[in-house]
Amino acid sequence: MKTQKPRRYGMVIDLDRCTGCGACMTACAAENNVAPGHAKATPRTGLTPMLVQRVSNGGAGADRREVFIPVTCMHCEHETPCVTVCPQQAVELDKATGIVNQMPQRCLGCRYCMTACAYHARYFNWWDPEWPVGMERTLNPGVAVRMRGVVEKCNFCHGRLHEAEDKAAAAGKAEIDPADYRPACVEACATQAIVFGDLNDPASDVRKASRHEDSFRLLARLGTEPKVYYRSKQEWVRGLAERGQQEVRRG
Amino acid sequence: MASSTLIDRRFIARGVERTGTARFAMWLAPWVLLLGVGLYAAYLCLYYGLNQTNMDNRFAFGLWIFLDLSIIALGAGAFFTGFLVYLIKMKELKAVLNSAVVLGFICYSGAMLVLAIDVGQPARAWFTFWHPNTHSMLTEVTFCISCYLVVLSLEYIPMLLKNRKLRQAPSFLAFEHQLHMLVPVLAAVGTLLSFFHQGSLGGLYGVLRGRPFAFREGFSIWPSTFFLFILSAIAVGPSFLALTTRLVEKVTGKALIPDSVYQRLGLISGLLLAFYVAAKSIDTLVWLNVTSPAVGFAPWEHYSYGQFGIWLMAAEIGLFGLVPAGLLLWPKTRASRGWLMTAAALACCGVLLNRFILTVQTLALPTLAFDEFMTYTPNWQEVATFGLVVAYGVILYSLSYRYLPLFPQEKELAGEVIEEGTHVSGR
Repeated sequence: MKTQKPRRYGMVIDLDRCTGCGACMTACAAENNVAPGHAKATPRTGLTPMLVQRVSNGGAGADRREVFIPVTCMHCEHETPCVTVCPQQAVELDKATGIVNQMPQRCLGCRYCMTACAYHARYFNWWDPEWPVGMERTLNPGVAVRMRGVVEKCNFCHGRLHEAEDKAAAAGKAEIDPADYRPACVEACATQAIVFGDLNDPASDVRKASRHEDSFRLLARLGTEPKVYYRSKQEWVRGLAERGQQEVRRG
Repeated sequence: MASSTLIDRRFIARGVERTGTARFAMWLAPWVLLLGVGLYAAYLCLYYGLNQTNMDNRFAFGLWIFLDLSIIALGAGAFFTGFLVYLIKMKELKAVLNSAVVLGFICYSGAMLVLAIDVGQPARAWFTFWHPNTHSMLTEVTFCISCYLVVLSLEYIPMLLKNRKLRQAPSFLAFEHQLHMLVPVLAAVGTLLSFFHQGSLGGLYGVLRGRPFAFREGFSIWPSTFFLFILSAIAVGPSFLALTTRLVEKVTGKALIPDSVYQRLGLISGLLLAFYVAAKSIDTLVWLNVTSPAVGFAPWEHYSYGQFGIWLMAAEIGLFGLVPAGLLLWPKTRASRGWLMTAAALACCGVLLNRFILTVQTLALPTLAFDEFMTYTPNWQEVATFGLVVAYGVILYSLSYRYLPLFPQEKELAGEVIEEGTHVSGR
């Protein structure tokens, strides 16, 4: 069987379209078998591989502007901080897809990768995952449940990629059909604010969107080459890319 | 102390005086209590998970990592004294070598104990040896600390076998002799391992490209923090050794090492500390002017949150670096026991502050433009586990002091009192 060309999966999130509805967060949790939060969990100990943050420009009255910023793993391409620090190779950058994968079954739970991540996009399982009686029937059989004491994060719904690859293989194709692989958050977004695809593919929407003059990446100056892009026509929003001089507030 | 109260007399070396068994037990009692509370806290964390702590997704490292880094730095006196005695041939320091080995063993085994509690899946610790990521500083730390703990154990065993009772077994005596012949080799191996893991502990933070407060450029694969951690550890190791020895002298009321050894430890510490302060200052200037701005972070912004002001940097480099270095290098202050101990204490506090800043301030500071500055306070389980290590250390050191020849010159100095009119029976 022919092997597929190396891909670089990434996404572009149009912040001007994001309404902050949280459907992406819910879809992510449902797709990836993220258990309901423990009774004692706080916003600082929860599991939110996709987290929509509300940010304002710090203005008052008519000058006040707000934006919702979905933050997830940026799948950094260069010297991926979480990959290089993990002592037992529980994190890897898949050269074939560009996806940064976490292997919970090998994770020691040292949390060094969490300290390495500039985006705070990695989460520790502080509690055993538990589902209310009956809710376990909603679990996705294609995704393994993670145990207490390991780190997890967004993997661009890797289970869906496997399904797409299986489908292509069954049809005797070397390449997957891009329409067969879309992460849950992309699918769930009512305003189609998230575009996903292969950044290596010149014809892909994601590639075009990532190169749009309104697009930017968070903390690009760190040099880690994140593969999640954002777009906005608002200058103050684009100014959130780096720690700048403007005053911002989380709401 | 009347010999009738020494029911463990047969285990105590001839010619040295130790306090009565009951009094010794009373000394141990509070530490055993603290140990018990700590063990209970450790049980909670191991059984119910790390949700028993106040750590969170932002403060993934907390009090325990600070403790690990600190005690490993303070325990550097063990390998460094071995290096000075066996490789540099500074025989004078043999007076504190045994004590240094015990302190090193306590520090490293304590750190390993806390690390085992601090990870989410302790049973997977062996994975690091089976699937090592050779690019990770933590891999190097794990390998070197594990190996060095074995080395420290091999250095500690001959001391154990010198116990009066154990020496009566001929096979133990022969084994002790064989191990003793290995000690110079162990010292060399320990030095090599320690240089690397002390450095790699610094490298843990220096490589964090995503944390501009900690990230440093360096030489080849090693960030500057790699070298600064080695330097700071070997600078404060002798100070910690002097401080603990003096503390034991105070508690027991005995002179244990000659004044010349204190002077030598102080001088070594002072020289290395001065060198460290110079290197740290240069590193800070490069970071402020080049490294941090290059990744988009205004350098002074790092010091504009909460209590983490510029005063911390000034305290670390000035009060806890430059001042003790000066006190230790100036012959007059070094000759004064009070100033010497003050300087040693300041130096030790300096290394603690440095490890605190790198562990806590690094995580507290925001990275994204819309991040918040966050704080963290350890809860009782974390503090009690901290106490567990302290109690373990005090108990093991007390037992070692009582039953093992920690200070070979103790008998010679037996007539000396540490202060006028304070010659009391030791513990």
